[in-house]
Amino acid sequence: MFGAFSTNHLIYLLDGLLWTVILSALAFLLGGIAGFFVMLARISRFRWLRRVALVYIQIVQGTPLLIQMFILYFGLGVFGISVPPLAAAGLGMMVYTSSYLGEIWRGAVGSIAKTQFEAAECLGLTRWQALQDVILPQALKIATPPTVGFLVQLVKNTSLASVVGFLELTRAAQVINNSLFQPFLVFGVAAFFYFCVCYPLSAWSRSLERKLNVGRR
Amino acid sequence: MSVAVKLTNVVKRFGELEVLKGVSFEINSGEVVALIGQSGSGKSTALRCINQLETIQGGSIEVCGHRVEDPKLDVRALRRDIGMVFQSYNLFPHMTVAQNIMLALRRVKGMRKDEAYEVAKPVLAKVGLSEKIDSYPEQLSGGQQQRVAIARSLAMQPKVMLFDEVTSALDPKLTGEVLRVMEDLARGGMTMIVVTHEMGFAKRAANRVIYMHTGKVWETGGADILSNPQTPELKEFMAEEL
Ligand SMILES: Nc1ncnc2c1ncn2[C@@H]1O[C@H](COP(=O)(O)OP(=O)(O)OP(=O)(O)O)[C@@H](O)[C@H]1O
Ligand SMILES: [Mg+2]
Repeated sequence: MFGAFSTNHLIYLLDGLLWTVILSALAFLLGGIAGFFVMLARISRFRWLRRVALVYIQIVQGTPLLIQMFILYFGLGVFGISVPPLAAAGLGMMVYTSSYLGEIWRGAVGSIAKTQFEAAECLGLTRWQALQDVILPQALKIATPPTVGFLVQLVKNTSLASVVGFLELTRAAQVINNSLFQPFLVFGVAAFFYFCVCYPLSAWSRSLERKLNVGRR
Repeated sequence: MSVAVKLTNVVKRFGELEVLKGVSFEINSGEVVALIGQSGSGKSTALRCINQLETIQGGSIEVCGHRVEDPKLDVRALRRDIGMVFQSYNLFPHMTVAQNIMLALRRVKGMRKDEAYEVAKPVLAKVGLSEKIDSYPEQLSGGQQQRVAIARSLAMQPKVMLFDEVTSALDPKLTGEVLRVMEDLARGGMTMIVVTHEMGFAKRAANRVIYMHTGKVWETGGADILSNPQTPELKEFMAEEL
């Protein structure tokens, strides 16, 4: 009664992997852009804007990503807004990414001494120029390892998109397993694919961190 | 002689803590004033109020025609007229010496790269560091970094320079090289307010000394008040400094 794991299954899984990568890249790109604005809001001169950003971050980080996706996919559906799986998953992952990257980057900007800002402002630079030319280039170095580290979380968490019917790697594995009933094999292969994407990323993150520490000595 | 900086009854509070309790003084163009006093007496705060790194709660400050407490003040225009050098140098570590000096020339004065470079070269020569133009701050000694910081400020051709304990982090030899640059500057007619614990420098270079105590101007006069203080507080302060 068990079918054999064939090349077709493998291709199906690889196709799922491709969508996992696409979803991750999309979430990282859009979430990164949104996260940049979250970071700007968090360091704004206006207290209300800092508050709004903080509340946003706390809500997003204080609720499960799965629930956020359900809300986007099924919740909006109730109002007659039909959301295709890619959009629901992409939007959910983007919101999730923006809050985490926003906070990682704010930490990096915050770790640059306030006196650097002051020195730039004393020279007549605007706050924005100071941020651009003085603060961000320094913060970038500090922010890169944790950002790459977060990317690993992101890739793994795209598996949650399977619940809104988005056919990525995890969903593809489920579909195959439903016909083959060989969970160890099928999910094992899926796990291996995830690992192939995530391991180089976390290794890269670690090596960046080492380089950064050496540079600072 | 025209007045470059004028503080009138300046009050500065951090929350409940009143740090400046009605500070008034006037500094003429070309004058070099040493601002001295115990730790916590409000010297740094007074300097920071002058270029609006801190906003004041009372009184008024006028710098080269700018009303600093005016809500409509053009802060960038104010800061174009004021240079400030800090105890901790605050060079931009990711930029070379040349880039440190050229940044504001390009971004604030809108100069082209080659124009800015032509400005950077002579100011760097003035502080005796021509050969370090392509070095990064971390490759320089503290004294050299501080001289670059001074050059970076000077390149913007400020009308007033503020120095906040710029030699406090340096050993005596390096202190000397920075003080020499400042004395040169003083002789060149720059208007300077110098917060310092270097009484030797104050005696040599300052036209006037302002002694601050507990957030107030306590005693002021020529450099001779250092050897001949009028108030018991300054007398005691001088005894501690020796
Ligand atoms: N940002 C701030 N928030 C709260 N209090 C502050 C702040 N900056 C300074 N103060 C307080 O104001 C007082 C005066 O500080 P200030 O730095 O002006 O003294 P100072 O005369 O420069 O001393 P020092 O010789 O140690 O540099 C101190 O009691 C200090 O704790
Ligand atoms: Mg001080």
